[in-house]
Amino acid sequence: MAFLTLDRLDKSFQTNRVLRELSLEIGKGEVLALLGPSGSGKTTALRLIAGFESPDRGRILVEGEEVTGLPPSRRRFGMVFQHYALFPHLTVGENVAFGLEKAGKEEARRRVAEALAQVDLPGFEARRVGEISGGQQQRVALARALAPEPRVLLLDEPLSNLDPTLRERTRRELRSAIRKIGITTVLVTHEQEEAFHLGDRVAVLHAGILQQVGSPEDLYERPATRFVAGFVGRASAFPGIYEGDGKVRLPSGETWASEPAGDLKAGEAVELVVRPESLVFVQGGLPGRVTERRYAGPVSYFQVALDGHEVEVMAPSGAVAEGDAVAVGLGTSGPRPRIFGRV
Amino acid sequence: MRRLPHPPISGLFLALLLAWLVGYPLLMTLVDALRGPEGWTAAHVRELASRPDEWLALWRSLWISLASVGLAAAIGVPLAFLFERADFPGRRFLAAVVALPVALPPLVGVIAFLFLYGESGFVSRAVQSLLGLEAPPWRLAGPGAILLVHAYSMYVYFYLFTRAGLSRLDAALLEAAAALGAGKVRTLFRVTLPLLRPALAGAALLTFMTSLASFSAPYLFGGSFRVMTTQIVASKLNGETGLSQVETVLLAGLALLALGGMRWIDRSGVAATGVRGVAPARRRLESSWARITAGTLGWLLAAFLLLPHAVLLLVSFVPPFTWTSEAFPPVLALGNWAGLAQAEKLRPVVNSLWMAAVSTAAAVALGLAAARMAVSRPVDGGPPRRPWLSSALETLIAVPWAVPGTVFAIALATTFGVNQPWIGRFVLIGTPLILPLAYLVRSLPLTGRGSIAGLRGLDPALEEAAASLGAGRWRRLGKVVFPLLRPAIAAGAGLAFITALGDFVVSIVLYTFETRPISIEILSSLRLQDLGMAAVYGVILMTGSAAAFLLWGRGEAR
Repeated sequence: MAFLTLDRLDKSFQTNRVLRELSLEIGKGEVLALLGPSGSGKTTALRLIAGFESPDRGRILVEGEEVTGLPPSRRRFGMVFQHYALFPHLTVGENVAFGLEKAGKEEARRRVAEALAQVDLPGFEARRVGEISGGQQQRVALARALAPEPRVLLLDEPLSNLDPTLRERTRRELRSAIRKIGITTVLVTHEQEEAFHLGDRVAVLHAGILQQVGSPEDLYERPATRFVAGFVGRASAFPGIYEGDGKVRLPSGETWASEPAGDLKAGEAVELVVRPESLVFVQGGLPGRVTERRYAGPVSYFQVALDGHEVEVMAPSGAVAEGDAVAVGLGTSGPRPRIFGRV
Repeated sequence: MRRLPHPPISGLFLALLLAWLVGYPLLMTLVDALRGPEGWTAAHVRELASRPDEWLALWRSLWISLASVGLAAAIGVPLAFLFERADFPGRRFLAAVVALPVALPPLVGVIAFLFLYGESGFVSRAVQSLLGLEAPPWRLAGPGAILLVHAYSMYVYFYLFTRAGLSRLDAALLEAAAALGAGKVRTLFRVTLPLLRPALAGAALLTFMTSLASFSAPYLFGGSFRVMTTQIVASKLNGETGLSQVETVLLAGLALLALGGMRWIDRSGVAATGVRGVAPARRRLESSWARITAGTLGWLLAAFLLLPHAVLLLVSFVPPFTWTSEAFPPVLALGNWAGLAQAEKLRPVVNSLWMAAVSTAAAVALGLAAARMAVSRPVDGGPPRRPWLSSALETLIAVPWAVPGTVFAIALATTFGVNQPWIGRFVLIGTPLILPLAYLVRSLPLTGRGSIAGLRGLDPALEEAAASLGAGRWRRLGKVVFPLLRPAIAAGAGLAFITALGDFVVSIVLYTFETRPISIEILSSLRLQDLGMAAVYGVILMTGSAAAFLLWGRGEAR
């Protein structure tokens, strides 16, 4: 049975419908990442779960108990905010103890020490919030959210406030802390890497609509919608006509074998979405010219201008140079291209 | 299980209470101004329109206010540039001293000026004895005296607004102008001053409105030179109630127009200063000549600003009728201060203190409640605030700030002088309640706007974090919102206390002998030629205001 259930949640602000019938089931101890661009509705979904907003329709259940009408203070959900929201007038210890009002003084002290030790900040109780670094503030926010032993942990863009080097390290620490505690977690991010690293499963939202839920591999290799194919990872699109049986005829006359995403009819105009590592430079492929190279160590990403559109090819860094005339074909390694009907 | 949207009952109740306190008296004044014994009538309006002295008072109010704006700008703007852009010995101390007049009750400034520059003041006596004149060299009276006091007390608005504007200015803009070949003068006129436009316009309107509402200086120095505020009180004292109500409505209309202008400037200012950069660094004056000149000028200015108050303290030690024609008082003694041991002489001090304390406490509570209702986003998933309710609450809080004290005094006297409980009118005139109520209304903008600004600056996530950690509404308020708003609340409360403690304009219309505050006692001491006792009360007001100023300063520093 799902531990946390979102059942057809709908939310509008004035005339703007920001969430449309969002349904998700999250298992006990599972980490679910809500991934999407700005305005996709992911933060609204998190705020509905936390109780800061009320859905217009739909229900939220924890272990079968409906919590939709409960105020945030009675949900027993812990939350780490994007900018941490540490109380600036309280010390680190007082911040972490804020949710332990009902515990006795001694018990609270013990649990504060325990929570701070859990995030590798033992002995930080007396520090002022303004005296510690951004990374440490992030960990204090986590300790504060975890100290009252919540049923669900909610993370709102927890790493976006950190610089890139610190972000990488903090992400690893966050991942290990969540796994160690085994708490059911929902995190919101617009960073694919963050979602893939932290989430057991990732739910992609676009314009308030759930596009796909699955493992990072599912999303990357078998995107369910054209939006997911473009938003998750890098991809190039080829126009073509579906011939049935997973085959697409390109305008140049070549036929490429691929995997349809959904029901398609033969003769339908489609788009073939291909990852850069699925394309190769070959003799006798689609002719084009290299317009740009983006170096990434042993491999590089080459922009190739084909007849009328550009595609991206991943190949060994020295394979071709900018300005070279090349021919592009479908390789045998890499995810199979996906076919989407053209809207 | 589904939570139904909460009807904003508490918000509606609060809005009704504020409307009763703020809007209703003004409305009643308008209604009464248009009513006579026979019903609706325009007789009072016709009366006003037909009397040249009314038009003259209106014209004087307008030109005195405009001239005050010009003078205050001429002093305040250069001072702001000096203290914000140059660095010299004693700058920080002097910068604080320069802002001091904002924290002192207007009446204190007026009597301090009287003791210093008045006919029998220190300076005029010194000049008289120095030149061997038979009569004092000047009289501190008429429009010149009013303008002098206005310039002295109102330049602070330009000083503070311009400094704030300069500190927000992006240094990169000045560097860009320099890189494009603009010299200092061109940069000043083409970049700096246009960017300061919202700050300057804000200060100008504030000075205009304060000047329009000014009562102490025109009342004590004006004599037969009447402006609208003194004209209203004169009509009231002459028993021309209907006329005074029409005058009140006219002045209120002017003030509300100015408030509208202020709000328009507030909105246009946001667009003008969209991007915030780093302010230009203060330029340390390198040449010793420049440093000495700036320092000397600064200290002279501080002495000029502090002198009236030092004089007030000195006069408080002058026994009655001992200082006649000498340049310096021949006798100094503690007798005036000892007089405070008499219950009747102490009573105004006690009255002012309790009335200011009670009205400030009520204004803080009401201002905070209204601000929270108007600004704070609900964190418990409740429906968002109704924009019309927020707007109504904010307007009701702002109105007493714009409307002159005289207007409110007449409005309250009109509304609470009759007993019609079924339409919310009770006889409060002549009771100890009316003055604290009037002070409360006048203090609302100070506490309410402070709380609104504080709440707007508060990250909503802090309250959400508290809610997610299990804190209910009152715990969130007590443990998170209130401690973080303390500086804003302390500042508002400090200003409200000072305003109530030193109030003259409302008190003179509404006081009773039993509830007479310090300001009224100062006036009667002056009329009895007991300058020493007037100064004692002035010093008490000054000390009380300075204490409140320091208290809110400490609150802000936390």
